[in-house]
Amino acid sequence: MTNTGSPVSAPPVKQGGAAPRHKHVSSREDRRRERRSRWYQRDVRWSPYGFVAPFFLFFGAFSLFPLLYTGWASLHKVSLTAPTDMEWAGLHNFTRLLEDDFFWNALRNTFSIGIISTVPQLLIALGLAHLLNYKLRGATFYRVAMLAPYATSVAAATLVFVVLFGRDYGMINWFLGFVGLDPVNWHEGMTSHFAISAIVIWRWTGYNTLIYLAAMQAVPKDLYESAALDGASRWQQFVHVTIPALRPTILFTVVVSTIGATQLFGEPLLFNPGGGANGGPAHQYQTLGLYLYEQGWVNLHLGRASAIAWMMFLILVLIALVNWLISRGMQKRELGRKTARRRS
Amino acid sequence: MSVLDSDRATPARTAPEPGGAGHRTGRGRPRTRGRAGGAGGTLHGGKLTYAVLFLVTAIALFPLFWTAVAASRNNTRLAEMPPPFWFGGNLFKNLGIAWTDANMGLALLNTTIVAGSIAAGTVLFGTIAGFAFAKLRFRFRNLLLMLTIGTMMVPPQLSVVPLFMAIAELEWTNQLQAVILPTFVSAFGVFFMRQYLLEALPTELIEAARVDGASSLRIVWHVVFPAARPAMAVLGMLTFVMAWNDFFWPIIALTQQNPTVQVALTGLGRGYIPDQSVIMAGALLGTLPLLLILTVFGKQIVGGIMQGAVKG
Repeated sequence: MTNTGSPVSAPPVKQGGAAPRHKHVSSREDRRRERRSRWYQRDVRWSPYGFVAPFFLFFGAFSLFPLLYTGWASLHKVSLTAPTDMEWAGLHNFTRLLEDDFFWNALRNTFSIGIISTVPQLLIALGLAHLLNYKLRGATFYRVAMLAPYATSVAAATLVFVVLFGRDYGMINWFLGFVGLDPVNWHEGMTSHFAISAIVIWRWTGYNTLIYLAAMQAVPKDLYESAALDGASRWQQFVHVTIPALRPTILFTVVVSTIGATQLFGEPLLFNPGGGANGGPAHQYQTLGLYLYEQGWVNLHLGRASAIAWMMFLILVLIALVNWLISRGMQKRELGRKTARRRS
Repeated sequence: MSVLDSDRATPARTAPEPGGAGHRTGRGRPRTRGRAGGAGGTLHGGKLTYAVLFLVTAIALFPLFWTAVAASRNNTRLAEMPPPFWFGGNLFKNLGIAWTDANMGLALLNTTIVAGSIAAGTVLFGTIAGFAFAKLRFRFRNLLLMLTIGTMMVPPQLSVVPLFMAIAELEWTNQLQAVILPTFVSAFGVFFMRQYLLEALPTELIEAARVDGASSLRIVWHVVFPAARPAMAVLGMLTFVMAWNDFFWPIIALTQQNPTVQVALTGLGRGYIPDQSVIMAGALLGTLPLLLILTVFGKQIVGGIMQGAVKG
């Protein structure tokens, strides 16, 4: 790469467009060249904006603007039946929300299902990625097969799992009976959280496995070689080489899965036999996403729905912050341990 | 070179970053055989590894297999113990009922249009914007990029209320553009293409085209698109899958009169048709197109997810 581009066809840009020294040039050839170079400069200068413009046009209109406008709407009383009639309500939607038992119930359920679905899912994915990182016959087949649940929609997966989790004729209760256990009513209290989490785990484990696998393949081989020379067992290599190298990826998947868990909506909606947004008769598996939908599109309070949306956002920001603090703390501890070991 | 970097010349920019895609794929292939190198892609999997992977594959595929089994039975058989493990004779009858009564035929057509448009928009605008972010210099570039990445993780719930107000005002309820336009472009698409083009498109190539007097549009058409084609294909497939399975916004914007697959399935789940085997047939119909895509392009989709992972 050199810096000697042809100055004839592409003269360096002088600020201010046409330079005055060109004024006396009268030959048509020169004028045309000048015009072309000016056009060329304009093209170089403005085309980047043209290239990002279509994206930002849609992005601004359908993502950024609604995001902010949700905040504005949350300060109003807005009914679904007349969504353009907004009546100023101040922080009423928020204060009302904090006094609402159903909000806290939905928050608890979201956390509970979120943890039950995210933690096992990521641990299983980590283990599976480790296995897929071996030299395998038919490696592509396993990877593609694990993606089949990811290609299955929330709606289709939930409809099938509702039948599989059926109390009287479901496959899972039949299997429990087969191994000598009592059947479980999968729609009650905490057990419903396990059933819903099972759907989430089924759909997303393969996807996360591939992400971990990609990160594992990027770990330099010599790290393992020197660890092996130091006499580290395969398990020790996994714990002391693979996991630390994967820390950024693990953090990434934790954040993404947490965001997914906070939004959980389709699974609890369709897990309810009638498809109601209440999350079961006792609201036992109503998540925040479902509660938002119920407030907005069943009870017709769009202002309250906006307030719930902003609370969800706030929770996400808090979780991201906690994640970041934990990972930074872990990094510091690791660093400290390394220097301590070196000193001893 | 002169024009492109006239304001801030940074020759280092043009050199592809070390440890790029080429390196990585090379690393995936083992250089040592047997136990010499330790873990990490060089060891052969043992019997236990295969056993676990077989079990996991079975768990991943069984619900899909069983959907087909249940769709081939009837409602009475699904209310008996033990549940069926093999196909019955009602598959085509149930698929037919789902196709007409549950509106799956229209839903499949609608979803193909919606997901196809969204994939096309995301790929096209993602590629040119990603190209600008990767290879061109302009004011506010980093700021705009930060804005794009920063909002990548904002949940869709944060925009449904204003979007709903907008489509109510425009009287777009039940029309396909109401579900196409809000996700017509994606921040992920821009970011994905930027990361790819950063490494895959040599800056020299753009400069050479400039020296030859090519306009920016010609450069996009003749240099950027050919270089970006593999990533465009992967992004297109990933977006198609995501758009096909999008749930939250479509069930707000559309009704059973003009549904996408997910809306029609929601209708089924809400007891629109109380026959379990027909519901399973609907679920099967709504999933088959994507399973077909996965079967044909599985390797590319896996590659795309893994590529996005390392860079993201």
